[in-house]
Amino acid sequence: MELFNLFIKSIFIENMIFAYFLGMCSYLAVSKTVKTSFGLGVAVVFVQIITVPVNFLLNKYVLSEGSLSWISPEYAGVDLSFLSFIIFIATIAAMVQLVEMIVEKYAPALYSQLGIFLPLIAVNCAILGGSLFMQERGYETLAEASVFGLGSGIGWMLAIVGLASIREKMKYSNVPAPLRGLGITFIVTGLMGIAFMSFMGIQL
Amino acid sequence: MSEKKEPLFSAKNLKLITNPLGAQNPITVQVLGICSALAVTAKMEPAIVMGLSVLAVVVFSNLIISLLRNTIPSRIRIIVQLVVVAALVILVDQVLKAFAYEVSKQLSVFVGLIITNCILMGRLEAFALGNKPWQSALDGVGNGAGYAMILIIVAFFRELFGVGTLTFPGLGSIQIIPQSFYDMGYMNNGLMILPPMALIVVGIVIWVQRYRNKSLQES
Repeated sequence: MELFNLFIKSIFIENMIFAYFLGMCSYLAVSKTVKTSFGLGVAVVFVQIITVPVNFLLNKYVLSEGSLSWISPEYAGVDLSFLSFIIFIATIAAMVQLVEMIVEKYAPALYSQLGIFLPLIAVNCAILGGSLFMQERGYETLAEASVFGLGSGIGWMLAIVGLASIREKMKYSNVPAPLRGLGITFIVTGLMGIAFMSFMGIQL
Repeated sequence: MSEKKEPLFSAKNLKLITNPLGAQNPITVQVLGICSALAVTAKMEPAIVMGLSVLAVVVFSNLIISLLRNTIPSRIRIIVQLVVVAALVILVDQVLKAFAYEVSKQLSVFVGLIITNCILMGRLEAFALGNKPWQSALDGVGNGAGYAMILIIVAFFRELFGVGTLTFPGLGSIQIIPQSFYDMGYMNNGLMILPPMALIVVGIVIWVQRYRNKSLQES
C-alpha cells in the first residue's frame, strides 16, 4: 500500500513538470503534436525506470557516508557524496547509450518510433532530477526507488501529452500575435499547473 | 597566426555580450534552461545566487571546451562536455555549501541540475565548439547574464506581489510595500509565490518583449 501511495503521489501530487519544472526544455520544444510527444514520454518512462534504481544502488553502496563498509570496516568513515552529480550523470549517459543499443537490437519498431529522442534524454533535467530527488528524500528500499522512478516518468508523460493535445486544439484559436508560439505555451502550462495544484494537500 | 589580432573588446565581441541580453535571450528566445529558471524564482535571493552560479559555470565551461575543442573526438563530445560541466558544478555546489549554506538548502537539487541546464549544452554545442576561447568566454558572460536577468525580473515581481518584500543576499528581506497599504486593506497575492505563476510571469515577459520587438513574433 505504501508503494502504491508513493506511485500516485509521484504522478499527480509531485508531478515533475507542474511541481518542479523539470524537463521543461524538451517539454516545450517537442509538444507540437501528440504523436511525437507520446514517443518522447515513453522514452522518458523507459529511461527513468532504469536509471533511478541503478543510481539508488550506487548511492546506497558507493556514495553515501559509511556505505563503503561492505568492502571492509576501515572504509566506514568515507563519504563520497560530493561525487554524486558526476557519477549520476555518467550513469545516465551510459544507461541511455545502453538502452539505445538494446532497443535497436531487440525492438526495432520501438527504436524507429523513439528515433532521435533517446539520445536527447541524457540531458533531460527530469531524469537527473529524479535521481537527485531519490537521493535527497532518502528512499530506503530498491522497490521504493523503482516505483518513484516509474511514477515520475508517467507523470512527465501525462503532462507532455496533455500539453500537446491543447496545442493541437489551439491552432484554431485567435491568439494575440506577440503571444503566439512560446508565450501562450508558457501561460497554458501555468494554467495546467494551477489545475494540478488541486491534487496538493491530498494525504495518501 | 596570420590573421590580424582584433582588440579584446571590439564591436563584434561586445555584441556577443549584448545580444543574449535582448534579442537572443537564452530563456525568452532560445528557450534554453527553463527547468531550473522557474523553480528558484519565488524569492530574490535564491534567484540572484542561482543566476551567478549559472553565469560562472557557463563562462568557465565555454572557456574550457573551447580550449579543448580541437582535441575532443566528436563522437564522445557529449560525455566530455558533461564531465567538464559536472566538475564545475561540483565546485560551485561546494562553494555554496561552505559560504552560503542557507541559500544552498533553498536551492536544493537545482544546483545539481545546472549540469543538465540546456543553456550549457546549447552554448557549448552551438558556440564553444567552433570559436576561440576569448569569444567563447564572452558568449558565456552574455548568456549567463541574460539568464540571470530574466530570473531576477521574474523573482522581483513574484516576491513583491506575493510577500511584499524583497530579499537580497547579505541584506536580508526588506519590506517594500508599506504597512499603511495593508491598513487600508491591501492583501498579498499568495498565488504569486506558487510554482505555476512563474510560468505565467515568464509568459508575460515574453509577451512584452515580442510586442516591442516584432521580428521575434512567431506566425
